[in-house]
Amino acid sequence: MKNLYYIVLALVFAVGVAACGGGASVKDAPVDEQSTSSAETGTADSGSATGESISEESTQMVAMAGERPTVMRVHFEFDSSAIDSESQALIEAHAAYLADNPDVLLGLEGHADERGTREYNLALGERRGQAVRRILRLLGIDGQRLTATSYGEENPIATEHNESAWRLNRRVEFMY
Amino acid sequence: MFKHLIYYLLITSVGAWSTSVHAVLTIEITQGTDVGIPVAIVPFSVEGQVKPVHDVAAIVAADLARSGRFSLIPKQDFLSTPHRNSEVIFKDWRIAKAEALVIGTVRQRSANQFEVTFRLYDVFREHQLAGIRYSVSSDKLRAVAHQIGDVIHEKLTGERGAFNTRIAYVTKEDGPTGITYKLQVADSDGYNAATILKSRESILSPAWSPDGTKIAYVAFEQRQSKVFIQGVTDESRELIAGFPGINGAPAWSPEGRRLALTLSKDGNPEIYVLDLDTKRLQRLTKNRVIDTEPAWSPDGRDIIFTSDRAGKPQIYRMKVGGRRIERVTFEGDSNARASYSADGEMITLVTSFQGKYHIGVLRLKDKVLQVLSDTSLDESPSFAPNGRMILYATAVRGRGVLASVSSDGRVRQLYKLEEGDVREPAWSPYNRELALKE
Repeated sequence: MKNLYYIVLALVFAVGVAACGGGASVKDAPVDEQSTSSAETGTADSGSATGESISEESTQMVAMAGERPTVMRVHFEFDSSAIDSESQALIEAHAAYLADNPDVLLGLEGHADERGTREYNLALGERRGQAVRRILRLLGIDGQRLTATSYGEENPIATEHNESAWRLNRRVEFMY
Repeated sequence: MFKHLIYYLLITSVGAWSTSVHAVLTIEITQGTDVGIPVAIVPFSVEGQVKPVHDVAAIVAADLARSGRFSLIPKQDFLSTPHRNSEVIFKDWRIAKAEALVIGTVRQRSANQFEVTFRLYDVFREHQLAGIRYSVSSDKLRAVAHQIGDVIHEKLTGERGAFNTRIAYVTKEDGPTGITYKLQVADSDGYNAATILKSRESILSPAWSPDGTKIAYVAFEQRQSKVFIQGVTDESRELIAGFPGINGAPAWSPEGRRLALTLSKDGNPEIYVLDLDTKRLQRLTKNRVIDTEPAWSPDGRDIIFTSDRAGKPQIYRMKVGGRRIERVTFEGDSNARASYSADGEMITLVTSFQGKYHIGVLRLKDKVLQVLSDTSLDESPSFAPNGRMILYATAVRGRGVLASVSSDGRVRQLYKLEEGDVREPAWSPYNRELALKE
């Protein structure tokens, strides 16, 4: 069972490294097992677009087998609960951590941007949390350990009224 | 001692009935009709030792002006100031170009009791349209004024006004100690604002019981949405739904004994009806999509709701038992949060075109949709009990404000707080009529 995880991890890692492209970030990603702060520095240094830096971070999370990933959210498209490949990699890293720590519980808190009605967004946030939960269950995590809740559009992390704020606010937070 | 203090804090933070000076909504007309009915309102005479704390005629005048359907004759054009029937000289009012005249008196009967008399005249026909006497305590003087405004509105336009009503709304203030949300109720003109719930977490979807004594709402507690019912003037508060998953979108049945709501306890958001007496839950929808935002038809037979079963959110209608589901909206990219007018002929909703969210009114008989707002983040519309105005939430320069628009789109008002955001408005049913003598 655990072997399967390491195979998945290895595959995800390989994809992640390939996606990174730049030699510099590949260099410090896999070897750095010491602290999360240097991992964050590496991300900041890379100066890449948001999407890429998420995949890079998740790659680094995966590299630190046994430790809790430091990236605690995944993002979504408008009115969608579809999980893209970058989010998938991060969810797998969390799955690995949960598999290694069977006593740990995880809350999945779904959020929406301010567009659309509040009650619909409450439902949409839950659908996003459920989407992440479903993948974690497919990866073998007991559903009893995973609770999906929703805040709808009530707790934005960016309060501006524009596309970049909306992109940040459409998310599921991992609440350990 | 300390224990008592904590107890006191808990009481004050949940259900405290307090009036706040800062939280007064100011209302401005942003668009009126081209030609309002010209009305002269003569300041009422005041008789007695104690001056009443409220100027009844001024409140009536403000109500009529705010409705956008009347133009008030300026006082400097008055040639006489009658208070009694015998003092009215109709010629004076024709010269002042008034079509209607309002006069009245406020007389102190005892320490705290006042008698308010008003008369409304048709200036051209030289004929009294209404004459009513009220006997009330001083704390009801504003209510009397709003009731007089409703009578004048009805006699002159053929439709009852919606002045003797209240509004509920949620305020959000970002203070030094964090964000505070308040569920407030106020008179329709923004006065007498009172906080009935204060929370660190968001409050949404207030819904008035049909008798106007209670409000159902959604509040977050322990990181979860829950549905509560709370008395408007007392501190009673009851948890109605706190199931796993989301608990939201409460809607009272017309007779006030049932609550439709959205629960996801069985896997995903579905619409249920809760019998408030027996607490029995009946599930109305069953599928893998989002079904939410139920609202009852005034005859209690149908429930309209939002569903994304066709991909995007649209409005559907079903029988209260859950049968005969039919799609109601087809225009726009999406439609949501619909509710009925009191006559059941229209629904107001949030309609989206090209990523912008506007308030619309859909006439049910021919499905004609009229878009009433041109701002882009409009939400939470509700009809006034007379069906003539719609109150909704919008944003002005990034701040949450309330707005109202007449259902024909001709009259518009803006409701603003001095500080903070205001959102999630709900217009109350009519307040109970005060005792009157014709």
